[in-house]
Amino acid sequence: MAAPMALRRGGRLLSLLRACPRYSSRSSRPAAGLLKGRILPYLYDRFYDMEAFIDFGTKLTGWNLERKNTHYLRIQEKYGDDLAAAVFALMLKGGVRFRGQTEWYREHNRKRFCVDLVNYQGVPLEAADFSGSIISYEGLGSLVNLKALKHLDLSRCPNVDDWCLSRLHVFGETLEELSLAGCPRVTERGLGCLHHLESLRRLDVSDLPSVPCKGLVRILLEEMLPQCEVVGIRYDEDELTLPIEPDVHQGQTELLREAARVQKTREIPA
Amino acid sequence: MRGGVMFGRLRPLVAAAGRPLANPVEPRRQFRTGESRQRDRFRGYEPRGSWDFGKEMAEFRKKLKEALPGSDWNPLGISKDLPPEWADIVIVGGGIIGWSVAFWLKMKESQRNAIRVVVVERDLQYTKASTVLSVGGIRQQFSLPENIKMSQFSAEFLRSINDYLGFFNEPPIDVQFNPMGYLFLASEDGAAVLEENVKIQRAEAAEVSLLSPAQLQKKFPWLNTDGVALASYGLENEGWFDPWTLLNALRRKAMSMGVFQSLGEVMSFHCSSTEMVTEDGELINFPRIMVANVQMPDSIEYSPIKCSIVVNAAGAWSGRVAEMAGIGTGPPGSLEEIRLPVEPKKRYVYVWNCPEGPGLETPMLIDTTGAYFRREGLGGNYLGSISPTEDEEPDIQDLEVDHEFFQEKVWPKLAHRVPAFESLKVKSSWAGYYDYNTFDQNPVIGAHPLVGNLYFASGFSGHGLQHSLAVGKCITELILEGEYKTIDLGRFSFDRLIKGEQILEKNII
Ligand SMILES: Cc1cc2nc3c(=O)[nH]c(=O)nc-3n(C[C@H](O)[C@H](O)[C@H](O)COP(=O)(O)OP(=O)(O)OC[C@H]3O[C@@H](n4cnc5c(N)ncnc54)[C@H](O)[C@@H]3O)c2cc1C
Repeated sequence: MAAPMALRRGGRLLSLLRACPRYSSRSSRPAAGLLKGRILPYLYDRFYDMEAFIDFGTKLTGWNLERKNTHYLRIQEKYGDDLAAAVFALMLKGGVRFRGQTEWYREHNRKRFCVDLVNYQGVPLEAADFSGSIISYEGLGSLVNLKALKHLDLSRCPNVDDWCLSRLHVFGETLEELSLAGCPRVTERGLGCLHHLESLRRLDVSDLPSVPCKGLVRILLEEMLPQCEVVGIRYDEDELTLPIEPDVHQGQTELLREAARVQKTREIPA
Repeated sequence: MRGGVMFGRLRPLVAAAGRPLANPVEPRRQFRTGESRQRDRFRGYEPRGSWDFGKEMAEFRKKLKEALPGSDWNPLGISKDLPPEWADIVIVGGGIIGWSVAFWLKMKESQRNAIRVVVVERDLQYTKASTVLSVGGIRQQFSLPENIKMSQFSAEFLRSINDYLGFFNEPPIDVQFNPMGYLFLASEDGAAVLEENVKIQRAEAAEVSLLSPAQLQKKFPWLNTDGVALASYGLENEGWFDPWTLLNALRRKAMSMGVFQSLGEVMSFHCSSTEMVTEDGELINFPRIMVANVQMPDSIEYSPIKCSIVVNAAGAWSGRVAEMAGIGTGPPGSLEEIRLPVEPKKRYVYVWNCPEGPGLETPMLIDTTGAYFRREGLGGNYLGSISPTEDEEPDIQDLEVDHEFFQEKVWPKLAHRVPAFESLKVKSSWAGYYDYNTFDQNPVIGAHPLVGNLYFASGFSGHGLQHSLAVGKCITELILEGEYKTIDLGRFSFDRLIKGEQILEKNII
């Protein structure tokens, strides 16, 4: 009796090790590792203590993310919006460019950049590079007061979503270049509100895993922003180019695709 | 005590060994979210009580049936979602409002399972519930500060929905929010009111811009600006989302936090009453609901739930629920005579296809005539409608759609506004009930002055979905703490019906 039991249990543990991680908490990368991908969910499902612990951990991560994205209010009051935004960008290991500069400024040593930046007080910030950073909706709050932002790079930011895009309308008159390449949470719904950006000349939308019907979206984007060059999607890029790896958004993307194909859905009684 | 509970909770590991291996792809969580934690206390003591017992019962039933003469009579009916015998708070109606209240009650309780909450819903398919038949819009362009604040709260909630409603080991919830904004058009006559409203909205820090016809034409070249004097356009926190996803997410979270769901219809209340004499000798009767009688589907039996507080979240049917507590049935001139003026009003929604129609930038457009439409997906589909005028109000017996109504009332208006819509093909349609407050088209929120343990949250007249999340929180504060904290909704109380003071919202669609 004991032997089959042990076997069964062993089998279960093996399956834990084998099966690929499907879901992970906040991270949007599919490969979240064995611990996060399988073992924690397993324990989470079975023990209230683990559940409380993990929930607390998730909250802590969220809180930390929010903390890092908070406004530099004091700097803003003392040195103005542009410097505050620059400090924020540099804190997130990004880059900035003020008017008149040709080179990106990327000093990540806090002491040094604080000293250097003071020279730029009063000079408008023209470009900000947040690529690969943890900037979120809250973080964009430190940018929305910029009056002369022309270039914004948000590529590969895991926390940039449609809500963030809806905040970009403030740059309607100035922004000329925007990159959203590789943002896992951006969908076609958020791209719709980029029509506020009337001066946009170049929009990079390559590698957006959550956008269905890419070819169609490119056409619609070009219709919406006639003055703008949309790069990163080919016209013939559509359903066939499914992401090969299983990713967190896959279920939803498929749903979307379905919805786009068989227009609208269960709400409508046949 | 704590330690004991902890070890008790660790015991499922031993019990788990006996369970069959579930499919690894299937999130296991689902097994548990359905039942409340309260019952889980017994988990440690029986080896996985639910399935063992269930199997035994099924066998037993089968045997019993075999022993009886052939008929389809079932000796022991299977009653799912039977209500518990008692509860602290009974919520009538499991639409978005009901579940939102349940969720917030659980969020705010002082310790786990401090209060027992039951949501009674008569139709878990939600075939008639307004929530799933709505258009899913959310906007800040209201004329009452309370309404604006509630929308802002809901938008913020939707933005961080995964922090509130997500589960650690499940894919993130995606309510499919389309941040496309509402575009209100005003004619010469309406321009002043529109401007006034925008002033109020901006005072509440809503991002709304005013557009002249020329600006409008430039932004939306597909629009015909004939007869438009001014437009207001919401820039943030406005758009539409999927009500189904939100309802399900709220429900699952609330149930995982220990809310009971019970299938059945609340048919009557059992009240006790206290009589009091006013200074001038008038006798006033204060009823108090003691028991809610729930009727199971396909059954004539009632099952009573003893309760201390009832929340009336029955949407379009909440007028009837109020009547069960004697509200609106008293002699003329008395306080009991004043009824809850919430009635179902049928509203149609049509979906059409128009390949040449407006593109990705299409907002939710509200025409000067009150007709509205929005984009639906990427394939050139749109949906929209108009509210019938008072003398056109359709019969509310069923949810049949009147297609003439589209041809005669909706299409001409939309085709005038968007010339591309002159050629379109209607693909489908549906109808739903507005929970319409005939008194002033605003919700009634808060306790009844006489029946002190009956709380209302209904009468939203077409904007209940977007306000549900805020209303849930506010009502919870009122119930648990005795006052509003987040948003003061005091003006929406039942008292205004008694005083006859209307609070009018100008932006009703
Ligand atoms: C066509 C249409 C479009 C809309 N568009 C929008 C929009 O764009 N934005 C927006 O914010 N709002 C919109 N609404 C309004 C919104 O849908 C409602 O205000 C909101 O859903 C009300 O939620 P509820 O939970 O109160 O009601 P419901 O969803 O109707 O839920 C009430 C539930 O109570 C149950 N019930 C009733 N009586 C009993 C009883 N005695 N016992 C047990 N259960 C009972 C019913 O079965 C029902 O499921 C729209 C409505 C319609 C009809």
